[in-house]
Amino acid sequence: MFQAQPPEKLIDEKGTRVDGRSPYDLRPIKLEVGVLENADGSAYIEQGKNKILVAVYGPREVHPKHLALPDRATIRCRYHMAPFSTDTRKSPAPSRREIELSKIIREALEPSVFAELYPRTTIDVFIEVLQSDGGTRGAGITAASLALADAGIPLRDLIVGCAAGKVEDWIVLDLNDLEDKFGNADLPVALLPRSSELTLLQMDGLLSSEEFEEALKLATEGCRQIHTMQREALRQKYSAVREVAEEEAVESEVEKKEEA
Amino acid sequence: MPIFFEKKQLVTPGELLAEGDYIAGDNTYKEDDKILASRVGLIGIEGQILYVTALKGCYIPSVGDFVIGKVIDISMSGWVVDINAPYEAMLFVSDVIERSFNPQKDVLTQIYNLGDLVKAKVTAYDRTRGPILTTRGPGLGKITRGRVIGITPAKIPRVIGAKGSMVNMLKQEINCYIGIGQNGRILVSGVTPEDEDLAILAIRKIEAEAHTLGLTDRIRELIQEVKSKREGGNVSSSTSRETDR
Amino acid sequence: MSITPLGEVVARIRQKHLADLITRGKRLDGRGLADYREIKIDPGVVEKAEGSALVNIGNTKVMAGVKIEPGEPFPDTPNEGILTVNAELVPLASPTFELGPPNENAIELARVVDRGLRESKTLDLPKLCITPGKKVFVVFIDIYILNHDGNLVDASSLAALVALLNTKMPNYEVIEGALEFKPGHTQLPMQKIPIAVTLAKINGKLVVDPALIEEQVMDAKITITVDQNEKICAMQKSGLGVFTVDMVKEAVGLALEKAKEIRAAVAA
Repeated sequence: MFQAQPPEKLIDEKGTRVDGRSPYDLRPIKLEVGVLENADGSAYIEQGKNKILVAVYGPREVHPKHLALPDRATIRCRYHMAPFSTDTRKSPAPSRREIELSKIIREALEPSVFAELYPRTTIDVFIEVLQSDGGTRGAGITAASLALADAGIPLRDLIVGCAAGKVEDWIVLDLNDLEDKFGNADLPVALLPRSSELTLLQMDGLLSSEEFEEALKLATEGCRQIHTMQREALRQKYSAVREVAEEEAVESEVEKKEEA
Repeated sequence: MPIFFEKKQLVTPGELLAEGDYIAGDNTYKEDDKILASRVGLIGIEGQILYVTALKGCYIPSVGDFVIGKVIDISMSGWVVDINAPYEAMLFVSDVIERSFNPQKDVLTQIYNLGDLVKAKVTAYDRTRGPILTTRGPGLGKITRGRVIGITPAKIPRVIGAKGSMVNMLKQEINCYIGIGQNGRILVSGVTPEDEDLAILAIRKIEAEAHTLGLTDRIRELIQEVKSKREGGNVSSSTSRETDR
Repeated sequence: MSITPLGEVVARIRQKHLADLITRGKRLDGRGLADYREIKIDPGVVEKAEGSALVNIGNTKVMAGVKIEPGEPFPDTPNEGILTVNAELVPLASPTFELGPPNENAIELARVVDRGLRESKTLDLPKLCITPGKKVFVVFIDIYILNHDGNLVDASSLAALVALLNTKMPNYEVIEGALEFKPGHTQLPMQKIPIAVTLAKINGKLVVDPALIEEQVMDAKITITVDQNEKICAMQKSGLGVFTVDMVKEAVGLALEKAKEIRAAVAA
């Protein structure tokens, strides 16, 4: 029911934004891996007010069989927003936006998955936006990447999503919903951090080519910061195993030395 | 020629493990002269081979594997069996019935019906079609008693133990038949339900602590503890929740 | 749900031939890497539509029609007209187009064209208000693909743009709250001329205006929409492959250049 109204000022002369951030700050991010018992892999992300849950099933048989690809796994991706996730209730039926985002998010994840290892199967990625506040495709990709890793799907690299944009005259990082709606440009990207390759790139708004390059640089830097958090989230999930295994390794080295 | 990690350290997909003249082992891949991890797991180094022991992953069938499957469909040619792999497996009629016969659905359901669990071996598996099973052989066939639990396939080697040390200990200490399927399914069949409960409790603990030292001894201690409590008249029935996958 | 598409199986020797040509700076139809195919623009081909255009880029044929209907404004923009873009991949255009509601490709196409027009503020939407808060004009742009030989985005954007440029709005008066039409027409209030330029990445090189065969073998493509002030108003990467940052910058440079050429063709 509540409609977002443009605030008095989206950003002041010092670069302070509506939520108190500086132009180059990410919103607070919380990542958790392995949150759903039934899914083969899962992850949960909070980024500012965004709350997104991702589940991965697979590799598993494809039904109907004619969808199966003979030489690689099919990837099926659904980006969907819960009806209660936005200010105004969103109809549960897939909107044109959700259909487009499902496609480009799938295309953002595909380059990393070793799909050739599982011909004639499907790897299903379900992204559910429980609460939406701008930049959900980036956050969804970040969490989907963790869910894929959690499911044990072999990946070339983790995939990270982040957006930059232009608010008034400032190039800023990680737009929230107000900034996305009432700002001047929005540039969501997804990155493979090791090779610095972009797997998703969209822009809407108005940017000169210099502004575009600045925003692109900021967005990719934001991705790298988030990538560090992704690695940490995976390490946290398996920390019990890791600590013990590392202890064990040290002990057996010590044993070897004692024997020598 | 540097290796960037120590043995048994936890690595994540895309991490650079080593640079130089190394060989990409399990769960790693090579790009130019770099070895990178493709899964979350513990790094292992064996001479020139760098590999990652994955902490989670689906079961990929191998010819010769002993598996526990569930019949999920019946076709003209046989039974479709779910073996917890990305591919459904086939058990052909010709494997079970040697003489020529008139294929009618009723006859097949009398041998194995929907929902039946079977002990089987993988006889064929290649990239072009799903795995083929056989139930011919000693100890194979329909499961008629006991309970089947599912664990992560990656942890199965730990339940078996080096040269069978863990599973042999379990069989010694508990009065139970334990059939370990490579596909993450374990059949536990005992004389009493308490024995089955104990076996399941032990297996769950092995799964949870798979990467710790001295596990075999600790599990043995746990089993003896529970048994002595039982004999002391305090039968605490362990609530082991099993997921039938 | 979006599903990895069953790609067209292109003969390996054909793929290799194409890749070899591209490394030598040439394409299958003899073009250079930065050349568009021949562009033909026919405005006003459907008289019953308020505006229309038929655009050919090589063998790709796209028709766009503009219909204007009175309607209710959106609650958060009560004094603005509405622009809505829809695209149909009509089955007669390609053996791969199936009958049915717009699939993800049609939706992506429509939304990319829409963003190019919307973000550049091509249409002066406040000027399309009839009665503030109650009645506005809704501009329906329908894109109809008639023959698919690659680069549907550029052809569709161009068709939509030209259709808008020759759209005739009927004159009207609001008498006691009701819409009354008067004789005569005016042009649609347009502020910008955005041009979409699509490039495909094949064998590590960028090619402008990919033909269908090139789209079947490419890694990925990128569409960059530019207005006459050299401002980028929309971008979309599409396909299963990746782009490096440097390649994106190269694509932007090429797009700025090609957009000028195409805009000149439109003006003519």
